[in-house]
Amino acid sequence: MNPLSRRKFLKISGATIAAAAAIGTVSKALDKSDSKRKGIEKIPTFCDICFWKCGAIAYVRDGKLWKIEGNPIDPLSKGRLCPRGTGGVGAHYDPDRLRAPLIRTEERGKEMWKEVTWDEALGYIADKMQKIKSQYGPESMAAFSHGLGGNFLKHTLKAYGAINFAAPSFAQCRGPRDVGFRLTFGEDVSSPERTDIRNAQCLVLIGSHLGENMHNSQVQEFSEAVGNGASIIVVDPRFSVAAGKAKFYLPIKPGTDLALLLAWMNVIVSENLYDKEYVEKYGFGFEQFRSELSSCTPEWAYTETGIEPELIRATAREMARYKPATLIHPGRHVNWYGDDAQRSRAIALLNALMGSWGRKGGFYYPVSMDVPGYPYPAYPAPLKDKVDNPNKKYPFAHEAITTGIREATLTGNPYPVKGWLVYATNLIQALPNEKITRQAIQNLDLLVVVDVIPSEIAGWADVVLPESVYLERYDDINVEWFRDSFVALRQPVVESPHDQKPNWWIAKKLAEKLGLGNYFPWKDIEEYIKHRMTAAGLSFDELKKNGIIPGAKQPNYFDEGVPAEFPTPSGKIEFYSVQLQQAGFDPVPKYKRPAPGPAGSFRLLYGRAPVHSFSRTQSNRILSDMMSENELWLNADVAGRLGLKSGDYIQLKNQDGIVSNKVKVKSTERIRHDCVYMVHGFGHTAKGLKHAFQKGASDSQLLTRFETDPLMGGTGMNVNFVTIETEG
Amino acid sequence: MARFGMVIDTKKCVGCMDCVVACKTENDVPDRFNRDWIVQDVRGKNPDLQMEIRSERCNHCDKPPCVYCCPTGASHLHDLGGVVLVTHDMCIGCKACLAACPYDARFIHPDGYADKCTFCIHRIEKGLDPACVSVCPAHCMNFGDLDDPNSRVSKLLNSRKNHSIMPEAGTSPRIFYLV
Repeated sequence: MNPLSRRKFLKISGATIAAAAAIGTVSKALDKSDSKRKGIEKIPTFCDICFWKCGAIAYVRDGKLWKIEGNPIDPLSKGRLCPRGTGGVGAHYDPDRLRAPLIRTEERGKEMWKEVTWDEALGYIADKMQKIKSQYGPESMAAFSHGLGGNFLKHTLKAYGAINFAAPSFAQCRGPRDVGFRLTFGEDVSSPERTDIRNAQCLVLIGSHLGENMHNSQVQEFSEAVGNGASIIVVDPRFSVAAGKAKFYLPIKPGTDLALLLAWMNVIVSENLYDKEYVEKYGFGFEQFRSELSSCTPEWAYTETGIEPELIRATAREMARYKPATLIHPGRHVNWYGDDAQRSRAIALLNALMGSWGRKGGFYYPVSMDVPGYPYPAYPAPLKDKVDNPNKKYPFAHEAITTGIREATLTGNPYPVKGWLVYATNLIQALPNEKITRQAIQNLDLLVVVDVIPSEIAGWADVVLPESVYLERYDDINVEWFRDSFVALRQPVVESPHDQKPNWWIAKKLAEKLGLGNYFPWKDIEEYIKHRMTAAGLSFDELKKNGIIPGAKQPNYFDEGVPAEFPTPSGKIEFYSVQLQQAGFDPVPKYKRPAPGPAGSFRLLYGRAPVHSFSRTQSNRILSDMMSENELWLNADVAGRLGLKSGDYIQLKNQDGIVSNKVKVKSTERIRHDCVYMVHGFGHTAKGLKHAFQKGASDSQLLTRFETDPLMGGTGMNVNFVTIETEG
Repeated sequence: MARFGMVIDTKKCVGCMDCVVACKTENDVPDRFNRDWIVQDVRGKNPDLQMEIRSERCNHCDKPPCVYCCPTGASHLHDLGGVVLVTHDMCIGCKACLAACPYDARFIHPDGYADKCTFCIHRIEKGLDPACVSVCPAHCMNFGDLDDPNSRVSKLLNSRKNHSIMPEAGTSPRIFYLV
């Protein structure tokens, strides 16, 4: 075998030997070292490449950031970061970062700016915000924010009188799951997920691609469970990394998961395989639930899912064998088909049959430390209701709906929304149907984007504020809910290279410009953190030194003393939901066949890669070296029929005629013939993202359609279909 | 004398590339180059598939053709654990070693010398694991002395089915994969 071709062929880690244009290590790319700092310093902080907030130790060598490792005393990372966290070095050195405040000089979306001072930028924003307040009321200023960093900015807006705050993490991500579990157990799955993966003896993953979806603690526990010989069952149209570890792989027809879940429950109930004692003790409405399931046989489900009845039976029995240490994972990004809250409820019910909630190897009870908030003055009382969910159209939404705010901005109903502040979330790629987002933006008097990179949404802003990356700033402390309680500190490791500022500073200065300085009674964030730590009887100096202060051990399971209480209307686990029935929904989930796509088209599926977070990391040179563009996964037989092979570039056209950027084909056995798959976050169109510009294709661009979940307003996005356009 | 090697558990590996990233930052590997990489070896026909995920790098072979073919002596076996290394200022960048390596583990560094995995010699001298091993969130990588029957790597090799890559090349590679 020719060794060179072998390496080229097998290696998926990005770089090849030829075609090296700009050579240099990232650490040479940018030079603002502090000459006074010599030798190696180790500074604890926590990561922000995703929102998992893993404790880290940053190494600074002669004043320059060198590497980042996990903090061994952090319960989330346990001393080991994920590849994104390790590659966080590249966020600091990214040459495409935003450098100075910008004010738009031409029409929105043209990405033409002038650099201004912070004073000018914040003065401009404050002036526009005062106009919005006097003309429409402060409720007409909304904010979209993702992650811990937005808290201070939201505080400023709340002091101003704003009430509309949303994050795509609800209606475009985990919302349906939390609603489905709330309706069943009375509590969310929360984040980090309370899944006891490491103790599970049987783990069921439905579309959840742990290992590719790189939530550190979960992946560590997944590998641990695999190492311990746990029985893994994977349901996915794509043979994921997790599928490669599975005892049972179920290549389900996309969109039919609920049919499978109902059939599994049918088998478990009809064969009396459920945890009877648990169900009798904690369950409500089990008999009605049982009778609803009677028609959902494996033979019925086979016609929907394509999964053989005997395989459905075998996997149901496998789950029952290991109960209660059987964990049917609730997933995270679960806005797929618009029936997502009910599908998630079915997952909750299946877990209830296993008796896994509150039990080892199922779902633990997370714990936290008692750290009081800062005693701020009261916010002004709102005069209006929130804008995102008028008349409780989506009765079970317990967080604000991003797309609801977008809708109100577009229509002016129930009242106009005239200002958006967008923090660290790229709404153009995070919300389905980018055209609606752009139209809504045209109705705004003010769009402010606070971010570290010039994302697509920044391209539409009136004012862009460059934030320091997490390695250069303090944030609020993280008082986490997890297996173990702890407080964590994010603190600066190196200086910002240009005129970037931390979000707390931006929030405080903006408040001062708005005449709301009294809401920031502290001088700087150290004073703020010290105040909170002192109030909790904890040492700020210890936190600075170690990065983490652990709390006392508290019980995580029923048998450790957690009271088995379920804050549902019945006070029990609701197999039958009266509140759903009263609101006009199915009290026990019912399957509805998803609408098929146009003949000859493929359902478009998307997911995660372990080396990127959303659309936020593609310009990070280290992570880009791992994966610089996404690929279109296409079944090998289908590819052959279309005359395509791996490495060919094609374009995708969706059912509404939208054509994607060019994307490389990955011809593979690892996907069904009726769908295609790509990693989300690529195909950037923002000019400022020079390195990532138009590399790969954007799945978001093709998500023109979405099915709204009637329970909670989530946007199911796996309802788009594409055909393949070859060049020439 | 120790004989260092690695034993990597392909069952636990998720192919996340943290090993690749950590090598890059630890060793200041230049942009667009990597000293280690991930292979996803897929066999079968949908839906009956098997996949082995491997973190690959220089195999630090017992019989290293890259050392044998080096005209200057830059490529050599180090006293510590028989690690295969390149002395940068002796290397003339002739690429003989690149051609000789059956694993394609080497590349020419922009500064002109042949570069590759060093098993993080600067770390193992201090008793630390190589960076890739120490960061792995899947805990799938193990480093140690293959000649010590009590080492973790020896025990793993004795207790689990394993293979190396292209043993038929005759180089006696020292990285083993548990299956």
